[in-house]
Amino acid sequence: MLNQLEELKSSAIKELEGISQAKDLEAWRVRYLGKKSQLTTILRGLAKLPIEERKQVGALANRIKAGLEESLEQKSQLLKQAKLASAGGEGIDITLPGRPYPAGRLHPLTQTVAEICDIFVSMGFQVVDGPEVEWDYYNFEALNITRHHPARDSMATLWVDAETEKGERNMLLRTHTTAVDTRVMEQMPLPIRVVMPGKVYRYEASDATHVPMFHQIDGLAVDKNLTMADLKGTLYEFARRFFGEDRKVRFRCDYFPFVEPGVEMAIECLVCGGSGCRLCGNSGWIEVLGAGMTHPRVLERSGVDPRAYTSFAFGMGIDRLPMLRYGIDDIRLLYGSDLRFLRQF
Amino acid sequence: MKVSLKWLEQYVDVSLPPAELADKLTMAGTEVKGWQVIGGSWEGIVVGQIVAINPHPNADRLKLPAVDLGTEQQTVVCGASNLKVGNKVAFARVGAQLIDGHSGQIVQLEAANIRGVASNGMLCSERELGISDYHQDIMVLAAEAPVGTPLADFMGDVIFDLDVTPNRPDCLSVIGVAREVAALTGQEVRLPDIGYDEKGVSIDRQIAVEIAASDLCPRYSASLITKVKIAPSPHWLQQRLLAGGMRPINNVVDITNFVMLEYGEPLHAFDYNQIRGKKIIVRRAEEGEVLVTLDGTKRLLSRDMLVIADTERAVAVAGVMGGADSEMTERTTAIVLEAASFNPASIYHTGSTLGLPSEARMRFERGISPELTISALRRATQLIIELAGGEAAKGIVDAYPGKPEHKPILLSKGEVKRLLGVDFSLDQVKEALISLGFDCQPSKSASEIQVTAPHWRSDISLVEDLIEEVARVIGYDQIPVTMPGGSVPRQNPAPILSFKEEVRRDLTGYGFYEVINYSLTSLDLLERLLPQPHPLEPEPLRVVRPMTAEQEYLRPSLRANLLAALEANRRHEEGGIRLFELGRVYVRRPNDLPGEPEMLCGLLSGPRFEESWHGGDEPVDFFDAKGVVEGLLGHLGVAASFEPGEDESLHPAKQAAIVVEGKRVGVVGELHHKVVDAFDLTGEVYLFELNLTELLPFTLEHKLFQPISRFPAVVRDIALVVDLSVTHRQVMDVITGFPLVTRVSLFDLYTGGKLPAGKKSLAYRITFQSATQTLTDEAANKIQQKIIDKLSKELGATLRG
Repeated sequence: MLNQLEELKSSAIKELEGISQAKDLEAWRVRYLGKKSQLTTILRGLAKLPIEERKQVGALANRIKAGLEESLEQKSQLLKQAKLASAGGEGIDITLPGRPYPAGRLHPLTQTVAEICDIFVSMGFQVVDGPEVEWDYYNFEALNITRHHPARDSMATLWVDAETEKGERNMLLRTHTTAVDTRVMEQMPLPIRVVMPGKVYRYEASDATHVPMFHQIDGLAVDKNLTMADLKGTLYEFARRFFGEDRKVRFRCDYFPFVEPGVEMAIECLVCGGSGCRLCGNSGWIEVLGAGMTHPRVLERSGVDPRAYTSFAFGMGIDRLPMLRYGIDDIRLLYGSDLRFLRQF
Repeated sequence: MKVSLKWLEQYVDVSLPPAELADKLTMAGTEVKGWQVIGGSWEGIVVGQIVAINPHPNADRLKLPAVDLGTEQQTVVCGASNLKVGNKVAFARVGAQLIDGHSGQIVQLEAANIRGVASNGMLCSERELGISDYHQDIMVLAAEAPVGTPLADFMGDVIFDLDVTPNRPDCLSVIGVAREVAALTGQEVRLPDIGYDEKGVSIDRQIAVEIAASDLCPRYSASLITKVKIAPSPHWLQQRLLAGGMRPINNVVDITNFVMLEYGEPLHAFDYNQIRGKKIIVRRAEEGEVLVTLDGTKRLLSRDMLVIADTERAVAVAGVMGGADSEMTERTTAIVLEAASFNPASIYHTGSTLGLPSEARMRFERGISPELTISALRRATQLIIELAGGEAAKGIVDAYPGKPEHKPILLSKGEVKRLLGVDFSLDQVKEALISLGFDCQPSKSASEIQVTAPHWRSDISLVEDLIEEVARVIGYDQIPVTMPGGSVPRQNPAPILSFKEEVRRDLTGYGFYEVINYSLTSLDLLERLLPQPHPLEPEPLRVVRPMTAEQEYLRPSLRANLLAALEANRRHEEGGIRLFELGRVYVRRPNDLPGEPEMLCGLLSGPRFEESWHGGDEPVDFFDAKGVVEGLLGHLGVAASFEPGEDESLHPAKQAAIVVEGKRVGVVGELHHKVVDAFDLTGEVYLFELNLTELLPFTLEHKLFQPISRFPAVVRDIALVVDLSVTHRQVMDVITGFPLVTRVSLFDLYTGGKLPAGKKSLAYRITFQSATQTLTDEAANKIQQKIIDKLSKELGATLRG
């Protein structure tokens, strides 16, 4: 038995040495190491041998098996190297850089707008557009911001140099996307759930936190039984999805002429987590949007009966969101068209 | 609005620490932007009194004041020039924390030896205490300051900085804030006692008031005080004004400002002897009337402005600024004190026309209750008698043509629930409203109440206003979180929205970076787009008062700012640049808002591929730009043709108009070299532009599936020789006109070499395929021959040998 094993070994080695192609290795393995090979048969039959012989044969057979397996591995490596060497010019350095195809990117604000719209669309809101050059009526008057309302001071307006037939100058660059609210209510059938993203303009000198043009998104819902609790639910869901599950949200009373009651929503500061830092002005909170129940006069003016319908509205600045998320410290970078900036998003 | 905690505590008990009080006010609508603790770091600083001043033996400029600290006396070395025996001062002991007067750093005071004399402490300036930036003199405390007590006990305070919303003019006063604090913390408000003796002659005999424009002035009240002595205000009054952010002037002016901060009612004091005819007339200004205001400026007035006048001339711009003529001087002994109510819109208009911001104007603009005049007037009169001497005339003149009606509002429990989505009990509702000073009376129905707002709440007129009051007092955090119920409204999103997204995504796939430029641009940039200068037609829209010349015009195209962006990037980028912008341009329309078509503009410049070991740094050319347009339009399912273009900003011979179903929707081409120069660029720049609003309808056509043929195709190559003037398009039109031709591609273009001059060779690969049978070679040959014949006949083409 022991001799038989030794012979098996030497013939297997001899045959292995003669192999010159990788594809022949598998046949060799089946013949000498496979399930039906002589070696496997011997190992399976060990149990039937007397104890002394079993020990000797078993030890040798296992040694030979390990040796053959190792020889197979060595041969396999040898053949691979030989193939590489014989291929000569065909071999490639796969670590060389690939062919550079030009790749572009969407502006971070475009990405942010899409992300916000997706969240609201999933809650049944439809995206709508409105004009950027607007009448005083839609931007101010229809929203309870009369000609002498102090709220006009906080929205320094860029007026367009164009007069109506009556000689009035009442065309402006919209100061907020809330200007679309009245148009939507005039044009769309009830009930309504819309979001209105877009560019807005202010008469402001540029600095790290101010630019004359920026982006906002407004939302409006009009239906029979909408409540402030629904407004809270809608905005909390937005905040949860945009800012994350664990981010604390705060709803406080605030004033906007076109809503009553009015709301400001803030999130826990992204930098300090609520303990107070420079970014949040030591308050621990970052204001993200203004909202409220649409003022009954605004509804009336837009042809909606405030006794039959209730409505909520919200509006937020968009530019601040990628700034907070990526730690961008100068809003002008968003409008600077600098590729070194744009490549990062 | 800055509010001192100490002052606030005169009207309401405050038990909450500053942070909690700030949070309560903020949550209820009046944001506390911050607060400053005065005296929080005044450990070891006490009130002292200078009892002697001895000269320094070794220095002329230094003195040795001896300071009584109650239990002991200390001598320090001091260089201040305002030392005076008897003055109360802030004495810092060794170890106290002070702000260094020069560096602004916080330092710990150490015992010192100054030119041979030991100094065990220091007399402090306002800057060293962190009260103000004043560091010339040491601070002199009020005479009533108790010697030996910690300075923080005497002068410490917390100053809250409130952001009062425009609907709450009542909170532009300490009493108003006290009312708010009382409601939010369950306390009562204490108002000052405003009684005084009226020792003088009846006011009616001394001054009359006539309101000639009652639409702009609902109420005008006045008191008269004689035998007044103008002098500086006492320390406590000055402190109050400084804490409120106002500068002390003299006792009477300071009192009017104090009462404005206290009650929220702006007051004005006239020199009685300057009121001619002893009559005050509230009237519209005459057109062209001139008044020199307190600041010495000559103001030209107009009919829409309200003035306070005597029988001869205007003496003040009502609610905005007093006149110089009737201003009080040090010699003034009799004053007329005005407390009035003006139309907010009129004040806003006058104030903004004259460019005069003021504390008074800010309050009047937001609408102050006319009910306030009398109490504010009495309070100020009382203080003037107390602090400036004098006698008050008997009575008050009070013209009140515009008394507002205070109609009760019917509020039901159901309405609260309808708006807030939470079922507060009527008791909760009442409690919240009563805490704010509202009057609640029962109504016919048990689920309703009649609510009357207090006079100072001029912002309340609707049920919704009341509901906000209820919600904010109970707390917005008591409102539950629910999702809108009912069915989701029908969605009909405008096709342009998804179209824009698709275009944007496609372009990033072609290697373009999206930029967003300002919609405003300059005439200079727009003119750079013109190789031959001429006026812009149509003239772009302009803003009335541009912030800068760079942002004066509404862009009529995306090109100018996009090229400027390319130029800016070229300062740091050498490789290929591909930029695009998708946005609106503004097109003037008569008597209407401008058109706002959505435009796409793209630019390519520099190498086609990034330079690498693969090579490939050849520059882009016309066909790169055209390829992008073709790829985009192909993906959108739009068949476009390219025709000779006439865009003046582009190279006359290297541009094409993009035409879809006969409509020109865009251009593609090489930028005119003069435009390249004008934008400080170098090399060739390629541009394409598409009007997406016009292109959109062509993308909406319903696509139909084309069956895939089961039968094999036959592919044939033909190489043609044609005149140089024959275009690829002409050849294609002939070939694709034949049946069974399913695909044609140009695979070679060749000129020169063995070809005769004036000729070029075009090689095409044509695929023939039938949907119904296997095409034989003979059948394909037959069509091929027909094609060649037609090309030869119509275009003079020959087969290349």
